[in-house]
Amino acid sequence: MKEISLLEVTDKVADLLVSINQRLPARVERLLSRARNQETVVLARHYLEVILKNLKVSRRLHLPLCQDTGMVTVLAECGQEIRFRADPAGSLTGAINEGVAIATRQGYLRSSVVEPLSHINTGNNTPAVVHFSLVPGDRLKLTVMAKGFGSENASSLAMLTPASGWPGIEDFVLETVRKTGPNACPPLFLGIGIGGTSEQACFLAKVALTEIAIGRQPDHGLRKLEQQLKERINQSGIGAGGFGGPHTALDVRIKTYPTHIAGLPVAVAVSCWAHRVGQIEL
Amino acid sequence: MGRIFNRSYPLRFPVEETSLLSLKIGDPVAISGEIYVARDAAHQRMLAALQENRALPFPLENGLIYYMGPTPAPPGFVIGSCGPTTSSRMDKFTIPLLARGLRATMGKGRRSPAIASACRKYRAVYLATYGGCGAYLNRFVRECVLLAYPELGPEAIYRLKVREFPAIVVIDVTGRDFYAEREKRYNDSQRP
Repeated sequence: MKEISLLEVTDKVADLLVSINQRLPARVERLLSRARNQETVVLARHYLEVILKNLKVSRRLHLPLCQDTGMVTVLAECGQEIRFRADPAGSLTGAINEGVAIATRQGYLRSSVVEPLSHINTGNNTPAVVHFSLVPGDRLKLTVMAKGFGSENASSLAMLTPASGWPGIEDFVLETVRKTGPNACPPLFLGIGIGGTSEQACFLAKVALTEIAIGRQPDHGLRKLEQQLKERINQSGIGAGGFGGPHTALDVRIKTYPTHIAGLPVAVAVSCWAHRVGQIEL
Repeated sequence: MGRIFNRSYPLRFPVEETSLLSLKIGDPVAISGEIYVARDAAHQRMLAALQENRALPFPLENGLIYYMGPTPAPPGFVIGSCGPTTSSRMDKFTIPLLARGLRATMGKGRRSPAIASACRKYRAVYLATYGGCGAYLNRFVRECVLLAYPELGPEAIYRLKVREFPAIVVIDVTGRDFYAEREKRYNDSQRP
């Protein structure tokens, strides 16, 4: 049995959220600078140059790199041998939200979260969307993603029929990308969830997105399909900033789950180039 | 890419009509002067004000509205991160404003065909600036004044003084639309 202090969770979440708003994951930055080096379309290359300059300014001035500091999603992998010490936050979810509130204040993040019908702003970007899973062991791993709604609005779910198969999936992903075009701030990162139920497909798509940023080894059997999909997307002519060229998507990650004989749920989670993800382990 | 900036067209707001007429889609511009910031909730209020014949919080004539909601300014800054939001959400509010003298809008992404027609009719332009680059764009803002609807928080109306703020012409005064033309070329190329 290991004890974890909820106060420590709050502190770590707050620090991480401030820092991911000012610094992209190394892998994301690498893919962006590779795109810049390869880009030949003048305006698209210019946009990629500005993106890389923006990352420098953000780091130097400690300003959020994008004014849409997003809504926070947290994937919490909780070791089942952990005991949480009762701190003022009361619950793990409460401790995470307290961290989000502190980061909003101390990191000068925009308060972008409102009640959906009354549009009343919660004032501190809480509540985060928190997904828990219980895992063996005594570690707590939190994957924190700050996601703007320019790209979140482009995310999409389709309940395809089993007969649609892979071609149906490809068409749906391409349609999703084309529909959003320049709006979601390409170059994009795409997480694709295939199978399960409607909510499971959406969840898998989000998990796939976080794995893109962190660079976890992809499921080998799916690598070819991911490449194929990325190539088709990059022939769409949208390109960086919608200015053309081959950099519509920089990475595509697929995750699958068994599904029902009568269905084929497919979810596409779209991230803009400013794919802000970080991880902490306690 | 200093090259592209050397070719940027200087624009000063409030704008003189003639300076918009020569702009073509894909042209880079550098905006100086006073511009206004408004997004979804502020637009709803402005349109309501127009319907009830109430005055707007700022003069539309020859003006520019920037679709943006900044992060709070840290100490020592005039504004925080201040990049564009998705313009298409403002499509349904824009035409009455263009009809009353607004000459430019700025944000990111596509506009509806109706906006392109209205740009032709009212000799206005739509500009896209760099999505996600709010920290970079901070350096071009010299002053930020909260003008109206403070209760809307990040969705309030601000007046900015900017110097050589960079953007790209997406819709010009002839109604040509950079993104729509690109998409049409792509769709034509896909036809057997």
